[in-house]
Amino acid sequence: MAQSPIVTAQPDQDSTLVLNMGPQHPSTHGVLRLILEIDGETVVRLRPEIGYLHTGIEKTCEAKFYQQVVPLTDRIDYLCPMTNNLCYCLAVEKLLGLEIPPKAQWMRVMMNELTRINSHLVWLGTHAMDIGAFTVFLYCFREREDILRLFEMVSGQRMMTSYFRIGGLALEPPLGFFEKVKKFADRFPGNVDEYENLLTGNPIFMMRTKGVAYLSQEDAIALGASGPTLRGSGIDIDLRRDAPYTGYENFKFNVPVRSEGDVFARYLCRVQELRESIGMVQQALAGMPEGPVKADAPKVVLPDREKMKTQMEALIYHFKIITEGFAVPAGEVYQAIESPRGEMGYYVVSDGTAKPYRVHMRAPSYANLQTLSRMCEGQLIADVIAAIGSIDVILGDIDR
Amino acid sequence: MPLTPPITDVEQLKSHPALARLLAWNAVMVQAAKFDREELTIWIEKEAILDACAILRDSADCPFNYLCDLTAVDWYPSEPRFEVVYHLLSIAKKERVRLKVRLDGASAAIESVTPIWPSANFYEREVFDLFGVRFSGHPNLKRIMMPDDWEGHPLRKDYPVEGYR
Repeated sequence: MAQSPIVTAQPDQDSTLVLNMGPQHPSTHGVLRLILEIDGETVVRLRPEIGYLHTGIEKTCEAKFYQQVVPLTDRIDYLCPMTNNLCYCLAVEKLLGLEIPPKAQWMRVMMNELTRINSHLVWLGTHAMDIGAFTVFLYCFREREDILRLFEMVSGQRMMTSYFRIGGLALEPPLGFFEKVKKFADRFPGNVDEYENLLTGNPIFMMRTKGVAYLSQEDAIALGASGPTLRGSGIDIDLRRDAPYTGYENFKFNVPVRSEGDVFARYLCRVQELRESIGMVQQALAGMPEGPVKADAPKVVLPDREKMKTQMEALIYHFKIITEGFAVPAGEVYQAIESPRGEMGYYVVSDGTAKPYRVHMRAPSYANLQTLSRMCEGQLIADVIAAIGSIDVILGDIDR
Repeated sequence: MPLTPPITDVEQLKSHPALARLLAWNAVMVQAAKFDREELTIWIEKEAILDACAILRDSADCPFNYLCDLTAVDWYPSEPRFEVVYHLLSIAKKERVRLKVRLDGASAAIESVTPIWPSANFYEREVFDLFGVRFSGHPNLKRIMMPDDWEGHPLRKDYPVEGYR
């Protein structure tokens, strides 16, 4: 990241102009800075400059106990906190060899899919607004508010939830929670129809997105794209189906794939994913098993408050976990899951102590951002905005 | 899933497509292999990383055509100090493999895999920025997260988490 305001790219010829876009720009979805070399209205070269939001989370993780890292993961990709929680917890559980009870797994799937809807709604709203359809933004945020209320109900927080913990969930879902989710899940498909009525057949939207920011299959793989960006280029991959984790094998869903490779294809993939996700929430509601939401591992999982007041051992374990953490057997794990943006991977290395030796996040936005130059070079400058929206970057995820 | 002890015997792991392909190509370049927690790790000689990646990417029966992730681990103060870690995925066969290369602290440099996967560009810049490992042949090896005039490499273990340097 260059902190000096001097633009370092040198124009090749006299006819081109170097234009700085961002980091403070409403259409760059955060603090993304793009250095564009333009010839008239055509982008000749595009170079992303990142790092403005770098907070050194990977370094911070090394100084924390395993359980203290969970709240840090929320802050990486702040639009899908539960997905980050889940990926980290799965990685540590794999290191520990911990078995998670079925109810916790189903709750994880349900909350994870609600998170995906939440994230896609923010994407849809802002992406449409960038292209000029303001109404969709208001509709999307209306539904997002409902999801945030559900998050608040279950975890006490709207955005930084930290609801998944190593070994299960933080708390039992409160009374009346499932009814509220059911109400939302019944209503939501109608809302998606509403968005689609506004956008999918809209001639202005189609003109702004069809054939724009094309990404071929080969380029998508070579540049490390994942998630809807990869599926929009015709590659059928979804880790929920191909490498199921936390009980996704019990759910039925389709993986939307489009072969066009343009902004519109990526839009269609994500909108279809909204429908698939709400279907999975409904399946989770229908089949929610009974039982505990925490694994039976007293050395790892904090005891219930009630037990601490009546049982000496529970109190001791609580004290030990809080003050000393818990040792994790030495080894390393790369846990990949399907986040709303693509393959999110947590690489956790343990040296046998209570603090992770190394935590690395494979951030989907980071890899997807590399495709931006390929998409935009040779295109019009206005299409850069559409392209940024279509790869759905989150700067917290990129810079970490 | 309860933990089972890792398998480190190369003979037992031969059936994995990535290891089989590398052994068939040049067994000398494979230092060691480990199968732990359902994940296979292969240690490669430093000189062979570019060729090994190309061999795996172009493998006929199980092409590891996707570079998921590239990062490093600092084992300071032991030597060799750095491990550069490559996570590969075969999109067609849904297989994963982890390649590792050990690097000395004094001469932490390795060939860039950007000719094979352009996606390595950002990852290698990040490793260079945060660990100080140099990648020869990288098209634009500059700091990516930290400011250009930053001193030191924050993810090294001898770099303090807080306080003055």
